[in-house]
Amino acid sequence: MVEVKNDVGTTTQVCEISALDGRGEPKLYRPLNEEIHRAAAEGYGVIRVTDVHGQRFIGAGLEGDVRLEIVGTPGNDLGIFMDGPTVEVFGSAQDQAGNTMNSGKIIVHGNAWDVTGLAARGGTIFVKGDGGYRIGIHMKEFRRHRPVIVYGGRVREFFGEYMAGGILVALGMDLGGNAELHNVGRDVAGPSLGTGIHGGAIYLRGGVPDHYLGVGALRREFDDGDRKTLEPVLREFGERFGVAEEELWAVPFTKIVPASGRPFAKYYCGKLI
Amino acid sequence: MDIYHEIAPRFQVEIDREACRLCERCTVNCTYDVLTFNGERIVAKSENCVSCQRCATMCPQGAISVTPGKIGFPPHGTYTERIRRILYEQASTGGVMLAGSGTDLPYRVIFDDILLDAAQVTNPSIDPLREPVETVTYLGRKPDHMVAAQDDGRLTVDRGADYPNVRLSTPIAVGHMSLGSISYNACIAIFRAAREFGIMVGTGEGGLHPDFYEYAQVINSEVASGRFGIEPRYLKDVAALEIKIGQGAKPGHGGHLPGEKVDALISETRMIPVGSDALSPYPHHDIYSIEDLAQLIGALKEASRYRVPVGVKIAAVHNSAPIASGIARAGADFVTLDGLRGGTGAAPRIIRDHAGIPIELAVASVDRRLREEGIRHLVSIVAGGSVRYAADLVKILALGADVAMVGQPVLIAMGCRSCQMCHLGNCSWGLATQRDDLVRRLDVDIATKRLVNMFHAWTEELREILGALGIDAVESLVGNRDRLRYVGPNPRIADVLGIKHAGEPWSD
Repeated sequence: MVEVKNDVGTTTQVCEISALDGRGEPKLYRPLNEEIHRAAAEGYGVIRVTDVHGQRFIGAGLEGDVRLEIVGTPGNDLGIFMDGPTVEVFGSAQDQAGNTMNSGKIIVHGNAWDVTGLAARGGTIFVKGDGGYRIGIHMKEFRRHRPVIVYGGRVREFFGEYMAGGILVALGMDLGGNAELHNVGRDVAGPSLGTGIHGGAIYLRGGVPDHYLGVGALRREFDDGDRKTLEPVLREFGERFGVAEEELWAVPFTKIVPASGRPFAKYYCGKLI
Repeated sequence: MDIYHEIAPRFQVEIDREACRLCERCTVNCTYDVLTFNGERIVAKSENCVSCQRCATMCPQGAISVTPGKIGFPPHGTYTERIRRILYEQASTGGVMLAGSGTDLPYRVIFDDILLDAAQVTNPSIDPLREPVETVTYLGRKPDHMVAAQDDGRLTVDRGADYPNVRLSTPIAVGHMSLGSISYNACIAIFRAAREFGIMVGTGEGGLHPDFYEYAQVINSEVASGRFGIEPRYLKDVAALEIKIGQGAKPGHGGHLPGEKVDALISETRMIPVGSDALSPYPHHDIYSIEDLAQLIGALKEASRYRVPVGVKIAAVHNSAPIASGIARAGADFVTLDGLRGGTGAAPRIIRDHAGIPIELAVASVDRRLREEGIRHLVSIVAGGSVRYAADLVKILALGADVAMVGQPVLIAMGCRSCQMCHLGNCSWGLATQRDDLVRRLDVDIATKRLVNMFHAWTEELREILGALGIDAVESLVGNRDRLRYVGPNPRIADVLGIKHAGEPWSD
């Protein structure tokens, strides 16, 4: 256990947990997560988990104001059902980071692959690098909760599929800084973009061809209101990963929105038969 | 006038003019725009009637009669009236037909082709009124082994790891009916009755309204593809968690709750903005295999810190048995099977009426498969979708279910007339509606009492049957097919159920 001063000068207790057991083998996810939960219950403000080797469900259902630092590669469902904590990953995240998250922050200094932020209701996910398929699928929003996902790099097909709320951003930049970062294609986002979208908005730094737009997705002009929405988000993203603000805004943004909030309004008939 | 829209009414509403005193109570009670007062007398638009019987029940004079429509369709054995009505409607609207409740098509009810054994001479019966007959049931994974040993004269039992179980006073659970499919008052009545009686209630896919956390001890939180209303307490403070893959009324289908039904109450429950569409995707977007299912089960166990059993609900389909085996091996603590006749707040009629298999067959095949594979103890089996009354309860347990899941009987106990118009949201009995004026029609105290009465009666009838079978605990009835016999027309069904034909003794 070590003590550090945090941003506002108060002392925070740091708990160090190794994800390796005494023999140098990766711990199973259950005992590892148990240690994390115990540390959180004991009131540690920062929990630093090192040598993470794909253990799943890290931070599952974790609540409160705790900060989780992950060194290595966390497994699927990082921060699933999470409500409040900040998770910073010094490495890449696997699939479904931020699955059904309620609130909190996930910051990934590498890539975060498929289905990031599935059905998330709130919280922020910043990924420095690239992403795979179906990111932000069925993301929602409710009252003070409005989820935000920003990828510094490029993302693949079905970005924002079924989206019902929140903000999804892909910047299409090569920010480097991680050996695993690689270019997933020349497009900032792949085809079937926003297919089934019925709420929220997708912002792309750069453009995509019309035929990339999925069912129910519409291209709209990026206006001052959009810029106002994005400014604080991108400022924080830039500060996190050391990207100059003018560079973030150097390329015009594309905005994708739902054609309708009621995509199935005329689909059914309920006549008395 | 569109002559193609003028189809003969299904029901005829008639007012006895002699008896009617023009109190207009019927016009207030009718929610389908059938009865109105024209200044002189009550007039009826029979074409709108769904035969919910509210008007006739509320008429102080008994002056209203509702009978089958007077304009008969030309008889036709192939193009039935039902089929012709569907064709007229689809030609008019081009829409996908919706329906509520469970299918009403007359598929043969296999329960009705099964008879129970009774104890005679060689296996004496038990008097359930004087002797203990246990109905308590534990839901969840059971120990892998049990080894009793004597140590210095003291008996010790080693049963390995213990797994979280839910104690039910009787093998009944109320199925998943969300606030949205049914009303606030109906939910409260069900929760109160379940708490009083010691059984479990499903939340349905809609999440849990903040007021309902008071009943968390009896609540089985559903995690469905839409992930609506999931927050930490929805996973941590309840009795059980259940991943919904499918539903008997609409196997393979998702859900579309239209925005106009998302009012303040539903918004708070589903945790989505008022007026927004709530779309439940057809599959879960993180489940495309048993391995993926294992992952979500693991995530739920992690989130709830292994304190509650986690189940998986599937619709009863052809491949249920191997799927259930996969579910058990994926780490689920119970598997819920929802049969062909299972209910819904709204589903496409084509799926409600034509997809899935009867629950009797699914339960028997799943139970047998899990036993054959030696993994039956890994899961409890919960089964529903047409468990209509206590006789079906007894039979479904003997076919292999640990717990029977009920929905429609619960609604019927509270006044439902099974008109199957739940999807319209105009339920005149205050059950399948969100309209304040209608919801208030359901008196929560009376409804609670009626539900407790029904659960009590079912439990007593279960005990009667257990006594007659000479069985003193309901656990000994589960999967006890030897006490069932088939009397239907198709012995192949008996083979699938694993039961003998009536007249065949226990052993040859």
